[in-house]
Amino acid sequence: MKIVLEGRVIWKGHVEGEALTTRQPISFYGGVDPGTGKIIEKGHELEGVSISDKILVFPYGKGSTVGSYILLRLKKRGLAPRAIINQRCEPIIAVGAIIAEIPCVDLIDVSRISTGDIVRIHGSRVEVWKRIPSL
Amino acid sequence: MYLTRLEERMLAGEYGYAAQKAMEILVALGKIYGAERMIEIRSAQISGVSYSNLGEEGLEFLLKLAEDGCVRVPTTLNPCGMDLEEWREMGIPEDFAEKQLRVIEAYRRLGVELTLTCTPYLAGNMPEFGDHVAWSESSAVIYINSVIGARTNREGGPSALAAAITGRTPLYGLHLDDARRPTIIVRAPRIGGELDASALGYHVGRILVGGVPLFTGLGAISRDQLKALGAGLASSGGIALFHVEGVTPEAQRYSREHVEDVIEVTENDLRNEIEMLGEEFDEPDLIFVGCPHASIEELTKIYLLLSGRSVSRRFWIFASRAVRAQAERIGLLAKLEELGVRVYCDTCPVVAPLKRLGFKNVLTNSMKAAYYLRSLHEVRVQLKPLRKLVEDAVR
Repeated sequence: MKIVLEGRVIWKGHVEGEALTTRQPISFYGGVDPGTGKIIEKGHELEGVSISDKILVFPYGKGSTVGSYILLRLKKRGLAPRAIINQRCEPIIAVGAIIAEIPCVDLIDVSRISTGDIVRIHGSRVEVWKRIPSL
Repeated sequence: MYLTRLEERMLAGEYGYAAQKAMEILVALGKIYGAERMIEIRSAQISGVSYSNLGEEGLEFLLKLAEDGCVRVPTTLNPCGMDLEEWREMGIPEDFAEKQLRVIEAYRRLGVELTLTCTPYLAGNMPEFGDHVAWSESSAVIYINSVIGARTNREGGPSALAAAITGRTPLYGLHLDDARRPTIIVRAPRIGGELDASALGYHVGRILVGGVPLFTGLGAISRDQLKALGAGLASSGGIALFHVEGVTPEAQRYSREHVEDVIEVTENDLRNEIEMLGEEFDEPDLIFVGCPHASIEELTKIYLLLSGRSVSRRFWIFASRAVRAQAERIGLLAKLEELGVRVYCDTCPVVAPLKRLGFKNVLTNSMKAAYYLRSLHEVRVQLKPLRKLVEDAVR
């Protein structure tokens, strides 16, 4: 089953990949290891999971503004997510996506996307192929 | 969002890579916050100087911006991890110093003034009432918003740099009257010293979720106490503006119809806050003052409290190079040094590699410093008022 969502472009791009989804906000500074691309925040539901090369879907960023530079470091090391989809983007993620040039779309109902779904981003348009067809 | 012709040309890349990247950041922020247009700024203050946060990749990005970019307004810089002149004496490792100097050089190429202080308003970057600026460094943001009446949002390092390179920032938030109205009244006891002011800020920041507090009942309050109050509010609560009745310039400016709540703070609350953040230890291996960076008044006060007695353990003061130079001119620096006090610049214990310097027990009078030292450096911190710090130092 395919669904189509329409959001707002923070950094433009045309990419396709597998979704990694969390309902919890992400802090890149202190919460993601720039050396491995894994989430290291204690108690986060994605703790230990690599965000590299995924279409990373989460509600919004949190924590220190240094987080923008962590996204840049991940990108330069080939460890960044392929794209970011937010419910509501805030400055840490927006600035990080722009300086790292990671496609980023927000104002998307992120509850419609599950881990494992195939997601294609065309600018503000987000197409989602559900991994398990809903009944 | 409306853009002028110049802004559109920057965005299109006609002014080079740096201006384009900067404008992309500002337009995205403007979109997120619903800004109608940009506003020109008078100055900027940039954070993001530590190599350990920027990494090699962040440094490369700064150097790329510096290839064709330059700041368009007076721009100052936050502290780095060491005193640029006396880092060897501080015990800073060689490899750390080498990397830190490369970051500083990148900012110099961008035309940023290497003030390396969190109190640029004590070092020549002093906005006027009503000026629009783009500052990062939470304690400086809250000081100029509240005590001076200048207008800035709480910028991050890259957004402040983007504003400096283009000379503008999106017009939203604290640039507009709406967000500057008091939302909560705080009835507080009279303030003793800087530690009390710091604890009051920290306490109120911790219980408020955003908003603009209006303090009443504080009595006479010095600039240094306002500095400490703001740093406390900004570190525990992310607050970027406060008013003090009868003291700060916008305290009477707005009606109080947006006030949603009134809270009462007692002296007991402040004592508890200080005890909760502090930890027990017998002997401090570092006593320090200057978070935020100390003023000339604070240096004078320390000298007077010492009243001729030499310190018997490490007593460091952190200040801007401008304040240190002022102390040198009036002979105060030499007098402090004679008594064994060191005045370091360009850095502070929060951004210096404290653990690598071997410190474990630190005594200070700043709640902000205590909060960050505990979470970032895993050292034990005890909080005491300035008078007691000095007594412990000479004991």
